Amino acid sequence: MPIDLTEVRELFFEESFENLDMMESNLLDLEVGRIDKELINGIFRAAHSIKGGAGIFSFEHIVNFAHAAETLLDEMRNGEHIVTQSLIDLLLRSGDVLRMMLSALQENTDYDIQEAQACQDELQSALKDSMENPFADIDVADMLAAPVTKPATSEKPPSSATNKGWRIVFKPDLSMLKTGNDPINLFRELASNGELEVKVDTSQIPAFAELDPQACYLNWELTLLADTERAAIDEIFEWVEDDCELHITALDSESPPSLPLQKEGEPTLEAAPALDKSEAPTVEAAKEPADKREESGVGRIIGSVKDTKHTHSATHHATEANSIRVGIDKIDNLINMVGELVITQSMLDQIGENLDNSHVTQLRDGLAQLERNTRELQESVMRIRMLPISFSFNRFGRLVHDLGTQLGKKVELKLSGEHTELDKTVLEKMSDPLVHLVRNALDHGIETPEQRRAAGKPETGVLHLHAFHQGGNIIIQISDDGAGFDVQKIRAKAIQKGLLSHEERPTNEQLYEFIFQPGFSTIEQVSDLSGRGVGMDVVRRNIRALGGTIEVKSKRGQGSTFSIRLPLTLAILDGQLVRVGQEIYILPLLSIIESLRAKPKLVNSLAGSAQVYRLRDEYIPILRLYDLFGITPRTTQLEQGLLVMVEGDGQKMGLFVDELLSQQQIVIKSLESNYQKVEGISGATILGDGSVALILDVAGLIRLFHTQIPQKRPNFRSSL
Amino acid sequence: MNTDTANIANKYLTFVLATEEYAVDILRVQEIKGWSKVTMIPSTPDYICGVINLRGTIVPIIDLRVRFSLEQKEYGAMTVVVVVKVMSNNGKERIMGIVVDAVSDVYDVAENEIKPPPDFGSVISTEFVRGLATVDDKMVIVLDIDRLLNSNELAIVDILSEK
Repeated sequence: MPIDLTEVRELFFEESFENLDMMESNLLDLEVGRIDKELINGIFRAAHSIKGGAGIFSFEHIVNFAHAAETLLDEMRNGEHIVTQSLIDLLLRSGDVLRMMLSALQENTDYDIQEAQACQDELQSALKDSMENPFADIDVADMLAAPVTKPATSEKPPSSATNKGWRIVFKPDLSMLKTGNDPINLFRELASNGELEVKVDTSQIPAFAELDPQACYLNWELTLLADTERAAIDEIFEWVEDDCELHITALDSESPPSLPLQKEGEPTLEAAPALDKSEAPTVEAAKEPADKREESGVGRIIGSVKDTKHTHSATHHATEANSIRVGIDKIDNLINMVGELVITQSMLDQIGENLDNSHVTQLRDGLAQLERNTRELQESVMRIRMLPISFSFNRFGRLVHDLGTQLGKKVELKLSGEHTELDKTVLEKMSDPLVHLVRNALDHGIETPEQRRAAGKPETGVLHLHAFHQGGNIIIQISDDGAGFDVQKIRAKAIQKGLLSHEERPTNEQLYEFIFQPGFSTIEQVSDLSGRGVGMDVVRRNIRALGGTIEVKSKRGQGSTFSIRLPLTLAILDGQLVRVGQEIYILPLLSIIESLRAKPKLVNSLAGSAQVYRLRDEYIPILRLYDLFGITPRTTQLEQGLLVMVEGDGQKMGLFVDELLSQQQIVIKSLESNYQKVEGISGATILGDGSVALILDVAGLIRLFHTQIPQKRPNFRSSL
Repeated sequence: MNTDTANIANKYLTFVLATEEYAVDILRVQEIKGWSKVTMIPSTPDYICGVINLRGTIVPIIDLRVRFSLEQKEYGAMTVVVVVKVMSNNGKERIMGIVVDAVSDVYDVAENEIKPPPDFGSVISTEFVRGLATVDDKMVIVLDIDRLLNSNELAIVDILSEK
């Protein structure tokens, strides 16, 4: 029975997706024409980790694919390629293919093998020298279709028919002997393949006084005269290839064996801080001349990004990760808190042991301390769920890049406040609305370079994503410096749709509200960006479902700004306890405007049935909670209870309750996990006495109120 | 039918409602507790008494008497709540409490002793009844608890909230 790798597998997927994200963002940071070693190294490492991980689980097609990408990256790193846009696009596409393969594996579904093969072909043809070395014809499709075929280095020898033998330059690291590898065994093994000529280079041996008896100072040049396959030699050196510099060349090849590859050895041994490269990439580098020849594919077309969007959107929706990475500082903080809590507990314990009146002050102090501890602990625990919004923002680099190319627009993406933290659930649920808003900004907001020039603006438009805290909320702003809303067009469309009459002269803000109407679009031609299924109405609905709001500001010719206001967390809220009859309900404090005792002369009835309350210069409908919920109240007289003015969905409503109780922090418990969603109720919580109280959802109550008004009419009159 | 599996007796917990005795698979029973005050939920069918706090989770309580259109009884110190695990159609596990008159006994009932319920046509709905078994000359109604507690309003809204 093999070891259960399921858990490790999940970890691998999660890490690989993270690596892909990093790869993507690094790729987008690459500048055309400049080799930024740091960035390329980062991308290389990401590809390499994926390859390594995939190897463990024998996902051979991923190994092969990642290997091809890695080889190309390595060549870039060595300055053998100029960074071109087509190369970046190709690598981005490779990332997409990897993502597609990984999610297919994760969900046990099929993926687009053709796309994968085409991309791998392109990768290979982009490799340096691939044109000059067209002998090998490994069929990539075979490798993809049969993922079980063993080694990553393919078996096919280059020009095996004419092979006279191999020249091997073997330069072990100083530390090789420490790893238990003995060169003599390797040579014996080699010699078993045919005639072996060994030349040793002793020039590296230091003076006797400096000699470390455990180090290996010798280098060898070996000539193997045998018609062996390259793979056989690779296999012999397999165990040491991480600890040495190895060049294997076929004897008939004219080129001198040593490429000017610089060796950056193990950081522990050499004084030079070997960047952050591990030894593994070097091995890849050394193996590469051979691989290049072996794997040079059939495809010839370089560059040409086609339909990156398709794979992109398909993969972004991949499974929502259900584990979370937490900074060690947060954990440490938590441990400290628990420590303090334990101290407080033992203190209270002591007081409790011989409790009499003289200890009351101490007890009170202890309880105050306990309260503080609990609150701090609660905050720390909540903070674990918080993630920086950069998790969401960083994706947009790719989106903006792809869309910009597709639409022929020049867009610069500016991010700020990306360290603002926000609850993981909120973050996940916000990602679709944000994508939609960014898409809209690019599609409808920012103009083409020509239009921008004509308008006297710089050709490159700026899309700014900004996040910050304000009060108990987090605000996300998406602003562009594009054309802004065309108020006339919106007005015309609203009239056409019958939402507005010709006579009405709404303010611009009121007009902007129309864009949140379902099916409202001022765009005549439907591009493949518009009409993606998520309209602005869905954006607003999603945001509202999170207890947030969205606002628009726009100036014709200068751009528009969407501001999304979200609660920091979904798990805890500040609540106001209210009593209706025997029942206790909780109102989110944020939705309460004010509470007041109704003055009878300010209560008016409307159309003989509904009641409104005049609050300063506004008429606010009165909702009798007992009526809606069918409870026997303590009083039906408005002046004997209280009116709580609440706001939800942009509408105000006066809730009539018996009395207000305390305000407290409420831990939200789901009603849905064991029961179901109830309109007007957003959840439940457990009160201090252990009983359950329901949390009211103001927007839902208002909806409920609207649907119930007709049949409730007699009730309203009778209760007057 | 495979006689081996058919003869293996499963344990069933039985409870009494009015004069009838009902049985549920004992492995589905999480606990049996006394009556505690429930919090009413507005706009729900009348057989949903409300929700209680069961060690930090919110658990709905269903009155089977009302569900089966029997005469409703006052809740009091003698009222019994059987907390059961219910599997939804989508494989989600839910915890629910059912109010019964009294818990009666635990019986071993073999699978082949459970006879399919007779068909009453549309007069009486027998869709929650898995079958009838005879224990000590008494008839015991074996309930299909998943069907019962996923039916009607409960199930419909479940589908909606899945969307």
